[in-house]
Amino acid sequence: MVEKTKAHELAEQQREISVSEFFAKNRHLLGFDNPRKALLMAVKEAVDNSIDATLDAKFLPDIYVELQQLKEDRFKVIVEDNGPGILKEQIPKVFGKLLYGSKFHRMRQSMGQQGIGISAVLLYGQLTTGKGMHITSKIGPKHPAHFYEIHIDTQKNEPIVRQDKIIEWNKDHGTRIEIELQGAYQKGKQSVDEYLREIALINPYTQITYKTPEKETITYLRAVSELPKEAKEVKPHPYGVELGVLIRMMQATTSGTVSGFLQHDFCRISQVLAQDICKKAAINPRARPTTVARDEAEALYNVIQNTKIIAPPTDCLSPLGEEGLLKGLKKEIDAEFYTAVTRTPSVYRGIPFLIEVAAAYGGSLEKEEPVRIIRFANRVPLLYQQGACATTESIIDTSWKNYNLSQSKESIPIGPVVLVIHVVSVWVPFTSEAKEAIAHYPEIIKDMKLALQEAGRKISAYIRKTVKAREQQERVDLFEKYIPELAHSLSNLTGDKKATIEEHLQKVLKKGLKDLLAEVKAAENTKIKGENIAFGEKQQTLSEVEDER
Amino acid sequence: MSGKKAIEYLKDFGRRVVHEVKKGKNPEIELPLRSLNNIIYDKKTRTLKLGKKTSSRSFFNVSHAKKFLQTVEVASISKNLLTEEKHASLRDVFYQAKRTIPGTNLNIVDDQNESDKAIEDLELVTGMSREQLNMTANKNGSVAGRVIIEDKGDTIDWSKLGSGGWSIPSTVENITFKKVSAKYILYMEKAAVWERLHEDKFWDKNNCLIMSSQGQTTRGIRRLLQRLYEEHHLPIYVLTDFDPWGFYIYSVVKYGSISLAYMSEKLTIPGVKYLGISADDINNYELKKHFIKLNDQDTSRLKQISEYDWFKDNKEWQRQFKMMKDFGAKAEIQALSARGISFISEKYLPEKIKNKEFLD
Repeated sequence: MVEKTKAHELAEQQREISVSEFFAKNRHLLGFDNPRKALLMAVKEAVDNSIDATLDAKFLPDIYVELQQLKEDRFKVIVEDNGPGILKEQIPKVFGKLLYGSKFHRMRQSMGQQGIGISAVLLYGQLTTGKGMHITSKIGPKHPAHFYEIHIDTQKNEPIVRQDKIIEWNKDHGTRIEIELQGAYQKGKQSVDEYLREIALINPYTQITYKTPEKETITYLRAVSELPKEAKEVKPHPYGVELGVLIRMMQATTSGTVSGFLQHDFCRISQVLAQDICKKAAINPRARPTTVARDEAEALYNVIQNTKIIAPPTDCLSPLGEEGLLKGLKKEIDAEFYTAVTRTPSVYRGIPFLIEVAAAYGGSLEKEEPVRIIRFANRVPLLYQQGACATTESIIDTSWKNYNLSQSKESIPIGPVVLVIHVVSVWVPFTSEAKEAIAHYPEIIKDMKLALQEAGRKISAYIRKTVKAREQQERVDLFEKYIPELAHSLSNLTGDKKATIEEHLQKVLKKGLKDLLAEVKAAENTKIKGENIAFGEKQQTLSEVEDER
Repeated sequence: MSGKKAIEYLKDFGRRVVHEVKKGKNPEIELPLRSLNNIIYDKKTRTLKLGKKTSSRSFFNVSHAKKFLQTVEVASISKNLLTEEKHASLRDVFYQAKRTIPGTNLNIVDDQNESDKAIEDLELVTGMSREQLNMTANKNGSVAGRVIIEDKGDTIDWSKLGSGGWSIPSTVENITFKKVSAKYILYMEKAAVWERLHEDKFWDKNNCLIMSSQGQTTRGIRRLLQRLYEEHHLPIYVLTDFDPWGFYIYSVVKYGSISLAYMSEKLTIPGVKYLGISADDINNYELKKHFIKLNDQDTSRLKQISEYDWFKDNKEWQRQFKMMKDFGAKAEIQALSARGISFISEKYLPEKIKNKEFLD
């Protein structure tokens, strides 16, 4: 263990004193800007945690969400899961202390990231109603269910336990929270309803039962019965670590030497490489990490940034996969065509990430409206700040005209399309702590665009095919209407029976239809190969004759 | 050609289509292409003729189906007219063909232009003129002067028809010229100008024929001009506005039209001369103050006309086109009225004719 100096203690205290108070005064930084958003944030933080915990324990998540409207602007939020439960001793800290949690320090893909979320909900509830959070948790059928009422001491950033008792709970394991807070309920784009629908879309192995403030029960059914591949924990890649973090890691390491620290606390650093880095940074590889001075650490940091190190392993990522995306999309969006693309992993700033895109086309979707964008980061819907998000930039930068959608300059394309973009990473870069928009790293945008283009090609192929089929039908209809008229005139001219002529004309039409089908197919195959084929080209006609001979 | 024979021609056309259908073929009608790139200017005869390019129109082709149906439809109407020994105007034919296909909002023809075109196609298919198919254009245009004709047993003196003159029918094949005293023909595009000259008794004072249309020259007028030119050797002078459209009216009378090039033998008059309004008249008669600016359409039409084969090598005409382009303006015949209502009949025309200021 690190030897604690007075200065260390002071530093820790100062931070702890400020953190709860700081967020109490700056609640918008956590997303609690207004009552409507606050209600959504409460549901979101609780549901994200529930799904994360349940998946960690390898159970198929079963989530219950209930909103009760107590007064005009006061709501009770209830979220219950079938997760592994929380150890009794841990409960107060998990809910009643900000920045407590396992997620911040580990490099692993999960829905929550910093461990601020759920305690911030408690803090907000407490600030607006004076009431604490009720937590019930049970870790197994043979264990008792614990009930807690917890508040936060905002001065000290410490939990205050108001109630602690064992209760009867007819459930094998799981956690239930209840909290009252000031909020506002509205339906629409940034509502709890929409959030849950999107959660269900991107977590299709999850079943959600939702009781609305209007006491209506909505069930989002499970569409996939396998759990997603478990995301492996990965050691940080040297490129992704900032100087401050490097110093903190050196203080906390269990390795006795700097060389050992580099090899064991990071990925992709071999013994040879570690020696090499130390040499270049003029640090004794056998020095104790705790004794490395700040300027030495900085030298080490600079050398690391300028050393060639292979990219991090990518098995730490768990995408939903094309099949899962399709199933999720199909059950939540009513359309006629669906497609999905899961890309191979890439790296930004030493951090692995992966982009998935799914798209739905046609059916009940609005034809004349801008394409609907649904954004996810590590299976969490992003409902706010669409304009500031890297996903939006990628969509605008893709030329959708190539894919038969209309698009004005620098805007979202128009058409009956839903685009789902999912960013998967051990550390998703957001533009702010509220985790609403993905930061604009060029590597991320590049991969998003590649995935969008692939989805675009598939949509475009579908559009061409259906439009062709529709046009062909219209063509047949047209001829069928003209045939009796032509037969009538020909009959009058020649004296032949109208019925006979009509019959023969129908035969020619049927025969010609086959040729037409073959022609349409051939035309399509050649077109799919090419990339930039404009829409609405001259169509092949039933017996394409040269107009001039 | 007798009506019976015409009926046979139409039946043949119908039978050919039915025959193809019975063989399981997509029926086709082959037509000479009636567009500029299939027009040949024959320098010897100075007429426009159709080239050898043809277009094929088939029924089972989305862009052809309607036209195909229209052509067969007018053939059927024509057959009925011939059988009943009746004539119908182009307008009548349009109304006979115009009906909505049951259960749709599709009309067989939507406007008269479509049925007129279908009739022209039928002329090409059967080799008969619309008059032989018992379809007639509206009377259009008037003539006055010292000529006596016989039409369907009536004797008509073109100098004794009051203020209206003789209305020129759509077919003039069956009239006979009894007495032709007039020495030349003045043909103009504007009825209003004709009325001015008629009121001023221009034809009486100058012993000529005055003839007008309203805009484009109809087949009846062209044929009448041709017959007078060929049978009685009357020189013909054309008077139009100073604009590209006026030039083209002259061009049609002289060389034939692009869309009716298949009938040019019967309709063109290579000896026709252009009297005015010319670019020189603009200068000589101080018409510049009555200029109207050329619009974009005028400019592009002027360019087209100047590139036609039959104008391309004509220095005098190229000079006219260039002057118009340089003026950037056009002028109407009536601009002359600014110099006095009868300036045209008392000064302009007599001077031009006396000095033989014509363009060929």
